[in-house]
Amino acid sequence: MQGSGISVLFKGRNFIRLLGGLWVTVRISLLSVLLSIPLGILFGMFMTLKNPVSRAVSRIYLDFVRIMPQLVLLFLVYFGATRAFGWNLSSELSAVIVFTLWGTAEMGDLVRGALISIPRHQYDSAAALGMTRMQTFVYIIVPQTVRRLLPLAINLTTRMIKTTSLVVLIGMVEVLKVGQQIIDVNRFDYPTAALWVYGVVFILYFLVCWPISLLAKRLEQRWR
Amino acid sequence: MNGLLNWDFIAKYTPMYVTAAKLTVTIAFWGILFSLAVGLVCAALQYYKIPILRRIAAVYIELSRNTPLLVQLFFLYFGLPKIGVKWSAEVCAVVGLTFLGGSYMAEAIRSGLESVDTIQLESAASLGFDSRQTLVHIVLPQALAVSVPGVVANVIFLIKETSVVSGIALADLMYVAKDLIGLYYETDEALLMLVAAYLVILLPISVLATLLERRLRYAGFGN
Repeated sequence: MQGSGISVLFKGRNFIRLLGGLWVTVRISLLSVLLSIPLGILFGMFMTLKNPVSRAVSRIYLDFVRIMPQLVLLFLVYFGATRAFGWNLSSELSAVIVFTLWGTAEMGDLVRGALISIPRHQYDSAAALGMTRMQTFVYIIVPQTVRRLLPLAINLTTRMIKTTSLVVLIGMVEVLKVGQQIIDVNRFDYPTAALWVYGVVFILYFLVCWPISLLAKRLEQRWR
Repeated sequence: MNGLLNWDFIAKYTPMYVTAAKLTVTIAFWGILFSLAVGLVCAALQYYKIPILRRIAAVYIELSRNTPLLVQLFFLYFGLPKIGVKWSAEVCAVVGLTFLGGSYMAEAIRSGLESVDTIQLESAASLGFDSRQTLVHIVLPQALAVSVPGVVANVIFLIKETSVVSGIALADLMYVAKDLIGLYYETDEALLMLVAAYLVILLPISVLATLLERRLRYAGFGN
């Protein structure tokens, strides 16, 4: 008997499996964001150095990572690393490497922007009050930078979650792949399953990213 | 082995990349064009606070900005045919890119329109400008300067996003690269040509974007 497509979602453990698939991409993005934040802060500070060599190196890195589609970067690491270095990276590890490299570049640029947006007189005033370099940094510079940075960093997380959907194209079993499996298994019993499954995946992504976007927007308005 | 790279292979398969690049550029071109149209309409609905329609635009913008293009494409290409909406992969790619890009363009355009202070509109009104004159002579010149860098950044973003259309079996650059890797194991060459192809498409636009941004900085007046 052919059932309506929507009931396929609640047959057996299908819905739990979809959520499990979603968790795969969310896990990769959270891991990459956690790695990107400290690395991005270091990279951002590195970018503010006046040394011409460090400037050129960071510029090239940033521009390359920014200009290449993330899928190309995934291909480069997943297929290229094996060739170039003989490493046999799993697709999950390649994904974490790529998204960390990308996140570090984006985060670094945000940190750089936040650091140079702090006016000179803040440093001068701190010095006039007799604060040491360390004190200036901890009490004056960091709190202001964090306020500018946090909403942007949270936004980066949603971009990361959306972009990790690409890992299905290097063969990871995540939410789209699980969806495909459910559709294929139920091809004859539920011919319209594809509509419902992909519709639900769409809504699941929205439900994950939307609250994070709202939080970023809220913080941005409050701390302006 | 003849040297680091197999040049015969590169020479032989470059035409495939050229064909694929044409597809990438064509999809990006139409997608960006329609995105601009959708973005303009949504930005106008929100700027002029048209009742009901502006709410619909707001919902659309949130939906489109918080979901990945790949998932949108899967829904369009595999999901919609089940209720009788059968589009070719090319049409799905353009529709998907427009659905995604429209909201990004809307935000860029709206931020430009909103950057024009109310006092400018009041001054224009007190000088006897009608609403069309205010728009053409006061709002648009200032709004454009703020919007254009965002719009150009979105153009680059959307071209990059087209790389996922290989997921719905369109023979774009990614598809060709993966095909060649799978068929001949010439991974280095296939990946190198892939990177080169995207650089050829994106570098000029990125350089142009930097120039344009510098050219349009006149609107920083008073800040």
